[in-house]
Amino acid sequence: MTIDSFVSVEELLPSRGALLGARISSHTTFAIGAGVVLVIFAVALLAPWLAPHDPFAQDLGRRLIPPVWHDGGSWTHVLGTDQLGRDYLSRLIYGSRISLLIGTTAAAMSGVIGTTLGVLAGYFGGRVDLVVSFIITTRLALPVVLVALAVAAFIGSSMQIVIAVLGLLLWDRFAVVTRSATMQVRALDYIAAARAIGASTARIIAAEILPNIANALVVVATLEMAQAILLEATLSFLGLGVPPPAPSWGLMVAEGKEYMFFSPWVITIPGVALFTLVLAINLLGDGLRDLTAPEHRA
Amino acid sequence: MLAYLAKRLFVALLVALTVSIITFSLLHLSGDLAQSLAGPSATAADVEQVRKAYGLDRPLPVQYAEWIGKAVRGDLGESFFLKVPVSELIADRLPITLTLGICAFAFALLLSLPLGVLAAVRPNSWIDRCALALSVLGQALPSFWFALILIIVFGLKLRWLPVSGNATWEHFVLPAVALGYYATPAFMRLTRAGMLEVLASDYIRTARAKGLRTTSVLFKHALRNAIIPVVAVAAVQFGFMLGGSIVIESVFSLHGVGYLGWEAISRADFPVVQAIVLILACIYIVLTLLADMLNAVLDPRIRVR
Repeated sequence: MTIDSFVSVEELLPSRGALLGARISSHTTFAIGAGVVLVIFAVALLAPWLAPHDPFAQDLGRRLIPPVWHDGGSWTHVLGTDQLGRDYLSRLIYGSRISLLIGTTAAAMSGVIGTTLGVLAGYFGGRVDLVVSFIITTRLALPVVLVALAVAAFIGSSMQIVIAVLGLLLWDRFAVVTRSATMQVRALDYIAAARAIGASTARIIAAEILPNIANALVVVATLEMAQAILLEATLSFLGLGVPPPAPSWGLMVAEGKEYMFFSPWVITIPGVALFTLVLAINLLGDGLRDLTAPEHRA
Repeated sequence: MLAYLAKRLFVALLVALTVSIITFSLLHLSGDLAQSLAGPSATAADVEQVRKAYGLDRPLPVQYAEWIGKAVRGDLGESFFLKVPVSELIADRLPITLTLGICAFAFALLLSLPLGVLAAVRPNSWIDRCALALSVLGQALPSFWFALILIIVFGLKLRWLPVSGNATWEHFVLPAVALGYYATPAFMRLTRAGMLEVLASDYIRTARAKGLRTTSVLFKHALRNAIIPVVAVAAVQFGFMLGGSIVIESVFSLHGVGYLGWEAISRADFPVVQAIVLILACIYIVLTLLADMLNAVLDPRIRVR
């Protein structure tokens, strides 16, 4: 055994170069993530001008045309057509609206619920904390996909129901993170100072606590948005999310499933779109966390 | 230790009870059960008859009390659709889901533990970067889509593995990979972070200074301590896997509990849905309880908190 086979302790501590590297790479991660997310947002906003065809127009004479890079593809339908002859690129473009709308609204809704619970628990501690922790534990014990499917099925699935169900189910991480962040902030001197000059509890929470946990909140919001988008796609894939003929990416995969062997693009294209969007949002969140939390920079 | 155990047990029971109340009220309030049972063409009189026959006309708390009273004795009611006891249905299907869950879990650990250790031993090396990339990509892959891609590549194109059913162990390979992949990012990050922290500690330096072999230091001294946070998360992840199995089971037509749940949901077979949510929640609660116990054994400091 030579000395080289040992890992030296110095090697385990990040070098200055590695630290610098990590900073640069978190900037790159953030830039790539933010760039892609912005592009997809722009596509969603400009959908009516960008889409070459009506995403709902069926043409049974032009079913399952392959994308342009396959044999038999044409520039009229760049990404081909689906089993009902609808232009795939147009459906993909309009589908980004569904994902982003559901992702942002569900994340906002769960953000409000989770932050309220987390801040209350972290600020007041004691019994309030016990109750909130119990609520979080209970929520974590519920199987999300199953409950969301069941509720969507029994109430009747629609975009609003999907948003409401996801918003009511995905607040756990918000609550956990804001609870511990609030606890840390609450112990600091400026909170004691604010109380000493007679600031009310509401004022302390709004003016001192919330701004100081905002970084953590934004990071969790990106993660939950990604989560909500994936879950919407999953619900739609299982036939209980956004109802047809809406061009939800999850629904597009479900509808293309039967044709996937001879026309694999009908499932690869929406899947790649979903993967790209979720990956970009996660990169954006990871980059934000690394940039805003210097203590975790290494 | 005993006081800690008693406290955790009490909370676990309370959580299980709350989950049962939530499940029950959620499903009862989200639609008219008698209406969906009687079908869309039923007359108002038919619906009323169904309501009486199934005891759905009684107040909700009464219905709940009856259901939970029977449930603790193992009687979960009868399926509206299949007309057999729900407990039998679930007992039939549970082994499949558990097999899938355990295979997926094993796959996740086999992939993430070695990668996490290697990444921690050589931070910022190519292997660390690969591990990071794998976990970042893994978190963004939609599970149903990944499962379909596995089917296309390994089932249809290469014809290596069967893609539907549960006849042999080979039928479980692709579903286990599809399901297990989702737990790998969490395991890998925790193993890496835990190992990094432990490897920088004094007792590892001492162990090295004594001239112990690297493998002995890594696995006997370091990994044992680094794995504590992984144990806690592992139980949680296993619970999530059972919950997520509904997606994977429906893609691979594995007739486990998840598939049963999906079928039951699509035909409004209410007692089955209710029972499955409750059972999955209870499994999760028991697992987290076990993880807490195991943690308390591994790390005595937890017991005093």
